[in-house]
Amino acid sequence: MLVYVIRRSMQSVVVLFAMSLLVFIGVYAIGNPIDILINPQADQIDRERAIAALGLDKPLWEQYAVFLKGALTGNLGKSFVHATPALGLILERMPATMELAIAAMVIAVALGIPLGLWAGLKPNGIAGRSIMAGSILGFSLPTFWVGLMLIMVFSVMLGWLPSNGRGPTTMLLGIIPVSFLSWDGLSHLIMPAVNLALFKLALLIRLTRAGTRESLMQDYVKFARAKGLTNGRVIGVHVLRNILIPIVTVIGLEFGSVIAFAIVTESVFAWPGMGKLLIDSINLLDRPVIVSYLLVIVALFIVINLAVDVLYSALDPRVRLSEAKG
Amino acid sequence: MSTVLPAPAVKPVPRAPQTPLRRVASDFLENPVAVFGLGLLLLVIAAAIFAPLISPQNPYDLAQLDVMDSKLPPGSKAPTGGTFWLGTDDQGRDMLSAIFYGLRISLMVGAASTVLALVIGLTMGLTAAYFGGRIETLIMRVVDIQLSFPAILIALILIAVLGQGTGKVITALVTIQWAYYARTVRSAAMVEKRKEYMEAARCLALSPARIVFRHLLPNCLPPMIVVATVQVAAAIALEATLSFLGLGLPITEPSLGLLIANGYQYLLSGKYWISFFPGVALLVTIVSINLVADQLRDVLNPRLQR
Repeated sequence: MLVYVIRRSMQSVVVLFAMSLLVFIGVYAIGNPIDILINPQADQIDRERAIAALGLDKPLWEQYAVFLKGALTGNLGKSFVHATPALGLILERMPATMELAIAAMVIAVALGIPLGLWAGLKPNGIAGRSIMAGSILGFSLPTFWVGLMLIMVFSVMLGWLPSNGRGPTTMLLGIIPVSFLSWDGLSHLIMPAVNLALFKLALLIRLTRAGTRESLMQDYVKFARAKGLTNGRVIGVHVLRNILIPIVTVIGLEFGSVIAFAIVTESVFAWPGMGKLLIDSINLLDRPVIVSYLLVIVALFIVINLAVDVLYSALDPRVRLSEAKG
Repeated sequence: MSTVLPAPAVKPVPRAPQTPLRRVASDFLENPVAVFGLGLLLLVIAAAIFAPLISPQNPYDLAQLDVMDSKLPPGSKAPTGGTFWLGTDDQGRDMLSAIFYGLRISLMVGAASTVLALVIGLTMGLTAAYFGGRIETLIMRVVDIQLSFPAILIALILIAVLGQGTGKVITALVTIQWAYYARTVRSAAMVEKRKEYMEAARCLALSPARIVFRHLLPNCLPPMIVVATVQVAAAIALEATLSFLGLGLPITEPSLGLLIANGYQYLLSGKYWISFFPGVALLVTIVSINLVADQLRDVLNPRLQR
């Protein structure tokens, strides 16, 4: 177990290193940030001073060496646009993205598992069929368009919810700014969270339904029924517990993808998170911010994947990690 | 979609020789929802192909546009005598025509990237399965790493690296998709590889290329068709998302995603139709492809064969 965790961590470091190199070289090739960042009316001396200040006059490998040395000490370079440390910019916006992602995941789980269970128990009923039809729609609807439609209905037509921004934030535990503690903040959070949750909701419904149908045919369910247990107990304890194992895995793995998809939702609702920062930075060719965002998210992913793998083996003793190809 | 030629409804006649194509076609037609999806899809494709013939105006011929007609609601009368059934955008462009032309671009990008990714993925997956060893480990490791990141993230990294443009969007889509095909075809090929006909082919001392492409490939195709159908829909949705974010196709290639992005700013003032109708077109396209894919999955699954 320990060996597995260590080996996986080593592997993760290699992936992180390779990604940093690929991304750095790639982003360097986009174009010349000098043209964009320095006032075209500036004279030659000003230009050269700015180029030297940004470190753009050094050869590529030297820039990477500086960057790598900085990265190991938590310094990923300064944003060209904001002139503040890039990592700081990203960490500053991380709570907003995390709040959105967690809210979306809570909505998806709170609705997805009961609906999927229902559809699995009564696959031929009207409710079961409509739930499944709804989930196909959930898969097919492009996230950004659903966001626009939510704004159209709830902000423009009904005027119930604000269409953009995060609203006032309150400090949670004195350090983390969150929106959901005040009514105004919560009203800003609802639409983006629902929007982001839809796809995962559809996925969880299908997963839970398939798991339920499968375990209903197993011997242990028949045995539990033969023992005379109530229906609620058979489903709540025996069925649910067994389908929960794959569901927990998927929730873990999907959390990373929720953070990635938040890029789209944040852009639609002007939610001040990391994703919106990334899109803005790509448009402005703000290299240090792009590279830092990607490294932060890759690191996040690696941690999530590792945690899910370890959690999985803890939940299901049938899985032997040492046998997994690693 | 040549696999779904309308076949006469052959009810289990005493075991007449039935070609696989016929069996698939008749099984497919059993599900009315899937047939509806297929019909819808054919309509969408027809609208895209014949866009110049059926559009009320050429939306990108500036001579036909009049700024006086801009942002008219659906059903407004056009000064030239026609009707703007779906309204007009900020430049007085008929939305219906813009959608037909947009469908063209969206479908073309989706289809082109799917075909390219299919070819690359098939080759890589079959190579991995057939040769095994180091090559297999290398290819499948790359696939594993790539599939552990969400498609949108990889697309954004590539766009950030490559820059923007139609070719670059297609490159990004292909880079994302090949991994799905490689994984699917490899697992199918691993099963097929152990069968006797493969052994026979090897005994005949056929060249590896011939064994892989003439014997192995055709037997691995059914799952690939299903994955490809789903992936076309995914590619179209992803292209629309990228274009909406302003990182996809250039303004000169107005796909559905760009049309929706263009209407975004007018949405807040209640002019919903500029974003709404292109979105509906996108939705209809994706839903119809998914309905067809759902039924194909059942029909082509050997375990469910009657």
